[in-house]
Amino acid sequence: MKKNIKFVQGNEACVEAALYAGLDFFAGYPITPSTEIAEHLAYRLPRVGGKFIQMEDEIASMCAIIGASLTGNKVMTATSGPGFSLMQEALGYAIMTEIPCVIVNVQRGGPSTGLPTHMSQGDVNQVRWGTHGDHAIIALSASNHQDVFAMTVDAFNLAETYRTPVVLLFDEVIGHMRERLFMPEKGEIPLVKRLRTSVKEGVDYHPYLPREDGRLPMSDFGGVHRYNVTGLFHDMWGFPSDNQKVVHELLRHLVDKINNNVDQITKFKEFYLESAETILISYGSSARSSLHVVENLRSRGEQIGLLELQTLWPFPSHIIKEKCAKAKYVIVVEMNMGQIHQSVRGAVDRPERVFLANRIDGVFITPMDIRNVMRLIQGKGV
Amino acid sequence: MLNSLLRAIEKLGLSKNEIVMVSGIGCSSRISGYVDFHTLHTIHGRALAFATGVKLSRPELNLIVPMGDGDALAIGGNHFIHAARRNIDITAIVMNNRIYGMTGGQYSPLSGYGTLATTAPYTNIDQDFDVVELSIASGASFVARTTTYHVQQMADIIRKAILHKGFSVVEILSQCPTYFGRKNKAGNAVDMLESYKTNTTSIGSKAKKENPELIERGIFAQKEIPEYCNEYNKIIKKAMKGHS
Amino acid sequence: MERYRMVFSGSGGQGVITAAIILAEAAVLYENLMAVQSQSYGPEARGGATRSDVVISDTEVHYPKVIQPNLLVCLTQEAYNQFYPIIRPGGLLITDTRFVKTQKKVDALQKELPMYETTMEKIGKSIVFNICMLGAVIGLTDLVRSNSVIKVLQNRIPSGFLDINREALNLGIELGAKVKS
Repeated sequence: MKKNIKFVQGNEACVEAALYAGLDFFAGYPITPSTEIAEHLAYRLPRVGGKFIQMEDEIASMCAIIGASLTGNKVMTATSGPGFSLMQEALGYAIMTEIPCVIVNVQRGGPSTGLPTHMSQGDVNQVRWGTHGDHAIIALSASNHQDVFAMTVDAFNLAETYRTPVVLLFDEVIGHMRERLFMPEKGEIPLVKRLRTSVKEGVDYHPYLPREDGRLPMSDFGGVHRYNVTGLFHDMWGFPSDNQKVVHELLRHLVDKINNNVDQITKFKEFYLESAETILISYGSSARSSLHVVENLRSRGEQIGLLELQTLWPFPSHIIKEKCAKAKYVIVVEMNMGQIHQSVRGAVDRPERVFLANRIDGVFITPMDIRNVMRLIQGKGV
Repeated sequence: MLNSLLRAIEKLGLSKNEIVMVSGIGCSSRISGYVDFHTLHTIHGRALAFATGVKLSRPELNLIVPMGDGDALAIGGNHFIHAARRNIDITAIVMNNRIYGMTGGQYSPLSGYGTLATTAPYTNIDQDFDVVELSIASGASFVARTTTYHVQQMADIIRKAILHKGFSVVEILSQCPTYFGRKNKAGNAVDMLESYKTNTTSIGSKAKKENPELIERGIFAQKEIPEYCNEYNKIIKKAMKGHS
Repeated sequence: MERYRMVFSGSGGQGVITAAIILAEAAVLYENLMAVQSQSYGPEARGGATRSDVVISDTEVHYPKVIQPNLLVCLTQEAYNQFYPIIRPGGLLITDTRFVKTQKKVDALQKELPMYETTMEKIGKSIVFNICMLGAVIGLTDLVRSNSVIKVLQNRIPSGFLDINREALNLGIELGAKVKS
């Protein structure tokens, strides 16, 4: 056996990646289908000197990782729909206070308790707008374990780069399925270290004064700079302010630092898009069924391709617009009632050519489901 | 209250860099904006959960969490009992003014049966928590009560609470003349302070035996039981053994 | 190799999911093949029919579930009743003689093997029934080498239990090889 190959669940691939990225602290609460992440980290984290804590609920888990991040740690929590709903207020706090953290949501069927053990991709828009108020957010997805690994590391890197929460949006299929994972060597994937302030002790440190490039050097809680962190609108010192200029500039900064960097943040994969008349757009596990269809039909000479989104938010509108410019049909494949479908329709020049192939019954969408929608669109009947 | 706290910290000789004050939302939470420590002003009810993250990741820091009664025991009640149960080394200060002051005088879980509030216009039928009993039952290893009138005792208790290795609860009966006082005809701030003097007594005093209505002040529990961060460090040692 | 799709079914506690994982892991770690394993969770995983899907291939497997298995293993009557109709025409159906009465209704090669009986007779421990079944699958299909399975077992199982697992695997391989056509 090659030492760097593993045969693992997606949840475990996420754990391996988090440790690779330098995870120091995890707080969580058991919930299907994400629980394996907590179980593995309870075992693995203390072995590398990290800390694991099972909190009393998901609200507390989210709060605890924010506290731990402030002291200079790389932090993560993992949950599923109901728990993610509970985290929303604290997620907004992390956005407002610009505290890096990674939240894994292994999606299951909703709303409410929904389908605990079945698959869904129904939290896509909640990730975007779940917490109240204007804001921007980064959310990533993956369709296989190698990508789960890569996107998890990327999530930590983006969280540090932009000082923001990053949500990893997986689903039950990916979380529980087992497949091959190549463990990258140390250093193979670059890691972003926390940008710490170079301001010396005794010299004024402005915790909330962004540098010219928009980045915000941090000082660890417990370090030489004492400052205030608050979820209220705050000035460059971190003190509450309702001064209109302060409020306006902070909100602009929070949104712009992400939305102005869509190109740097966005990751996607494309398969046979050159000359494709039909383009499937998908993400997460449903991208696997989509790719199955594409490879089958390509071998029969059909002009079909797949655009797999790995960054869901900020939404890569311009890439979708460009890639779909010449397509006759665009079919969004997802396991919800059209959450990304709506965004794709908003991005392309001819929204009337964008269709939805979905499944909302807790069953993993099959290649046949996708083929049936294609036949209907082409006027061939099922 | 702030003065007593600062005095307690001064007496302990702690460096400001070693102190993290975490607060939630409410009148009491604004205190974190007035002190020169690391201050984390969080969201309503969750201060102890944030503090747990800070403390577990940096056990050498001193965590002080001032909370109001609604913040600590209504929306934050679950975090309160669980932080106590873990016996994590955090000093929780519950400023009990028996009302939601910031939102204008609604009843809190400490208002008590028969009081009046803007949301209990016909009198409150909610029973109140006894913070001391609740804390002891939840596993807090240091539990004390004092009042804003007893400034000396307050500073002394806070100092001991911070020194204590484990989860400490200090309940401080605090006046809210604006809302609780006016609604319940408790008078102005001075009257309310005066009432703390006349309505409270030291634990186990003769006065208490004669008048069971009196509220006791002092340290109710102080015990040495395993502290969470210490225990977790043992877990790390255990996990690292035979593994590198 | 051709893409090979398998469904392992039985009841909770028989170890069908574990057997499926071991087979897929052996293929990936020691045979340089691609394999994907998944399972159904939920009420059906606690009592009722348990099911685990495995796809093994020499090219990447995208769609991980099995709709029409080349190989279907049923270790209980309930699992058989529920899953026999999905077998791929011309596929291989393995059942255990102790637990399943078959009806010969499908277009498949049916192998009814005394896996449970043999395990109990020769080893006396039902805990390795699933490994005997895995042996039978290997004996019939040559999907992976028995040595690859042993290597996986070595990683997963306390060394004290390795011998009876090896024994069960070999019993199964013999049972399978004997009826291989």
